[in-house]
Formats: sequence, C-alpha cells, structure tokens
Amino acid sequence: MGYSDAGKRVSVLWEVIWMRAKVAQISCGTEYSGVQPVLKEMAERAGIELLYPEMTLEEIDAACEEVGFRARSPSLNMMIAKAVSAMKDPTIKGAILLTCFKCSEGAIVRDLVRRYMQEHRGEIPIITYSNVEKPKEAEIFARFDALSTIITKKSLLMRQRQEGTTVGIDSGSSMTKVVVMHENEIASSVWLPTTDPLESAEKALESALSDACMKRSEIDAIGVTGYGRDIIADAIRADLNIEEVSIVAKGAAVLADAHRGNATVIDIGGMSNKLLLMRDGIVNSFSLGGICGGSSGRFLEVVSHRLDVDVEGLGELALRSTQKFELQSYCMVFGIQSLVVALASGIRREDVAAAACRSVAEQVYENQMREMTIKPPVIFVGGVSLVKGVKKEFEEIIGSEIIVPHHSQFAGAVGIATIASGV
Amino acid sequence: MKVLVYPPNSLILADLVERFGHEPVVLMREIGEHVRDPEIDAPPLNVTEADIKRSLKYVSVEEPAGLKGRIGLLAPLLEEAEASIIMTDAPPTYGCMGCAVADELFKYLIRNKKIPTLEVRYEGGDRMEEVVMRIKEFLERLHAYERR
Repeated sequence: MGYSDAGKRVSVLWEVIWMRAKVAQISCGTEYSGVQPVLKEMAERAGIELLYPEMTLEEIDAACEEVGFRARSPSLNMMIAKAVSAMKDPTIKGAILLTCFKCSEGAIVRDLVRRYMQEHRGEIPIITYSNVEKPKEAEIFARFDALSTIITKKSLLMRQRQEGTTVGIDSGSSMTKVVVMHENEIASSVWLPTTDPLESAEKALESALSDACMKRSEIDAIGVTGYGRDIIADAIRADLNIEEVSIVAKGAAVLADAHRGNATVIDIGGMSNKLLLMRDGIVNSFSLGGICGGSSGRFLEVVSHRLDVDVEGLGELALRSTQKFELQSYCMVFGIQSLVVALASGIRREDVAAAACRSVAEQVYENQMREMTIKPPVIFVGGVSLVKGVKKEFEEIIGSEIIVPHHSQFAGAVGIATIASGV
Repeated sequence: MKVLVYPPNSLILADLVERFGHEPVVLMREIGEHVRDPEIDAPPLNVTEADIKRSLKYVSVEEPAGLKGRIGLLAPLLEEAEASIIMTDAPPTYGCMGCAVADELFKYLIRNKKIPTLEVRYEGGDRMEEVVMRIKEFLERLHAYERR
C-alpha cells in the first residue's frame, strides 16, 4: 500500500468518524430492561454515536429545580439532569428519550424533558421511544436511521427544487410508487401493489418511463426510499438511497410548496404512519407509529372490503354520514368485530364508514399528535390521504384545515426524486 | 447469617453487616456475576431475558420492562436472605434503587418473607450514630437468633 492509499484510507476513516451523528441517550435505566445492547447495535448500524450525558449528584437537584419537576424515582431525576447536561453540550446533535412502556411516572418525565429540550434547543431533532423487554429492532433502526439522515445529510435535504430529469422510487409496505420528474414537474407517476419489492419496483419503473415516453438513458439520477430500498438500490444501481422519514417530509414540502417556516406532515401508508414536524422544508422532529395496525391503511382496506367499496369509496361513503357512531376498539380485529355488530344491528353503512375513518384519525392523534406541538400548515400525505373521510375527521379533531396536495400518495417518490437531482 | 441490605448497593450497610460477623447479601455481587459471565453478551449490566422471566414470579407480566429487570436481578438476593436491614429515605449517594415502584415492591417482598428485619430511617449528621447503634444491636441479636 502506497502513501497515497494510506492517506486516502485515513481520510475516509476520518470522514466516517466525523460523520457519525452524536446523539444523547437520555433514559432512566434502559440497562435494566435489557434493551441497551439492541440500542447500541442499531445506533452503530445507523452511523450514530450514542453519548451518555454526565452530571454530578449536586447537579441533579439543580436540574430538577430548573425543569420544575421532581420525580419519586431517583433514576428519573437523573434523566432530567442528563437532559439539562445534554443541552449544554454543543457537540450533541440529536437526542433519544427512553422510558419503559407502561411506566406512568416515566411517561410524565419523558414528556417534560422533551418539552424542556425543544424550548432550549429547538434545532436538534428529538425522538422518543417506550422500551419493552423485547424491542423491535426494525422500529429502533428506523428511528435512528432517520435521526442520522436529519443530522448528517442536512445540506442535501435543503434542496427545494427538482432539476433535470430524475426518478423517485418509494417501495412501500403495501404499494410501490414511482415518479418521473422533469424540472420540478411530475412527468409520470405509477403506483402498484408491492408483492416482491424488486419486481414491483422494476415493473413500476418501466411503466412510469413508458408513460413519460422516456428511456432509462435519459434519466440523470434515480433515488430510492421506503422499506425495500436497499435491495432495489443495489439491483438497479440507484444514485441515492435514503430512509423515508426525511424524504416524505421533503416530498410533502415540494408538493405543498411549504419550503419556508414551520409545517406538520401526517403520513399514513398501508402499514405504518408518521407524524413529522418540519422547519424550512426539513424534518426536525418526528414520531413513528408501530404499536397498532389499527391506525394504518390496512385497517381501512379491511373495513372497505367488509362494506364492499374500494378504499377511496370508503372515504366518499363516510362523508355522507349523518349519525355519529363509535367503534368500540381501535384494534384491527376487535374494531372490525364492533363494525360487524353495528351493521347487524342496523347502523347505516355511511355511519360505520365514518366511524372507521374517525378511529384511524383518533388513534394517530392520541398516540402521536398529542405528544408533539402541531404547527400549521398541516399537510396530509400517503395513500390514506386519498380517503376523504379521514381528512375530514382529522380536521374536526385538530380544528383547522388540512392540505392534501395533488399526488399526495407520491410524497416519498417526489421527495427522493427531488433530492436525487442534487447528487 | 445472610443479611440482605436495602438499598441493595449500600456499601456502608454491607460493611456494617460484615463487621458484626454476618454475610452481606448485596446487589453488587449479583451484577458482578452477570458482568463477568463470558456466556452473556448484553452490556452494560448483562440483564437478559432469563432475568426478566425470573421476575415474573414476583411481578405481573403487565409491569414495565425496567421494573421486571430490576426485580429479576434482586430476586436471587431475596431468595437467599435469612435476615434484612431496610434503610428508608436514604439519599441516592447512600445506595440507590432508581425506580420508585421497584423500590416499593421490593421492600414489600422483603417484609412479606417474614425474616428478621430491621427498618431504620436514614438520619443525617449526629443522629446517624443512633442509627448505627440500632443496626449494631440488631446484628448482635441475630447471633442469638441463629443459636436458637
């Protein structure tokens, strides 16, 4: 190995070290719940260096005074002190707040700490997670991966306009979406059900190129996002492969022309949902669903099947509701059971459809929106945004208008096509 | 006798137990065994699923993961203890349980075991001497109890 090779290696290594996002882990004792090894492994995979803020015992009292809360659990007071200490460290670029799932005192402290941190350093992204003894690796990785993108790829995410001709592929859990974009306009768009992720992507790509009357050689760059992004990016030699949280936010900003100031994005897809807070078109805080499938598009698919309409038709049906009816459960199984019982007892299909739309909107609101400060405008994207009944229910819950931009289901594909034009 | 001290990581209480001729049962030993176990790779405390499952003898499956992990680590100490000293209202520097619910539950489990137990309240300053005297008397009485 020559000097130049060695120098290159050192510079690459330095770049890797330099680019690792420093994220403060602020928790009350995850080491006792057995999740710490998973956290560490997922952080490393996402290129994150977890830091554990330090403090003296005297500083714990002062921190509780500053935040204005003292918990009965000493570890939670220590968590408060860790948050105060993290705020003073300029090298920390993000934070993950963890307490145990079902711990009420922990949930109170986690929320107070999140608010305190957002007040004092609103520019750093903060994610929260309720840990259980068998954590889902994919869920933790998705959060860390998004955090890493927001911190390390900010300059790339600043792009506001798509230039040249690029393709965006969003390989979702239910649908694969592809857009061909030319000079900030959508030249063609295709969405197909996801079966085999690679096959679906190739089929949708071929169809989108054909609709736009273009050949692959005319494309400047291809970007991939979504669940199946790794396998697709390798197979089609994509120019860019980025996780979906920051990309969906960018796509929503492009579609709704919301590049300045604050905005909130609700993204509900086939099997997941996200709530994203943006500033100047870049996501700075987010909450990912994952506790229950009842707040996803899949629930509405099952309902629409039971009511013998398509999913978009379900939304139209819901708009004709005249009597308010509530499903007895948010659960995919028990909610449907409640729906069947309602239909059998003579409740009108329109009212049942509205109840299903309300069930999804309420669950997203209760689990995700309440813990974040919603900042208008609110942009609704993802496949479920096409269900008008869900939009109406969200508007009633939050008491303000929601924007559903044209091509809202293609937010991820538009976002990655836009960012890919800067590579 | 094997005397469980509470807070379970209190070095001062462990030292007193040893000075008065008993064997302290402390958390550091349990954690030490976990950390040194080459078979387990779950740093920093090497709390495993087995510890969490062990706690289900004492806590409901619905309880938070951290509570189960803490009780799972403490369960062997409880099962081994022949007597105990519980110090209440101790500052975190004296030895700390961390989670208030685990703290309440573990104290209940000790009391419910019906072993000779001394409960003393932490006192700062000069009154600490009285506390130490009470602990000393209790530990001496344990020798008589053992002989019986």
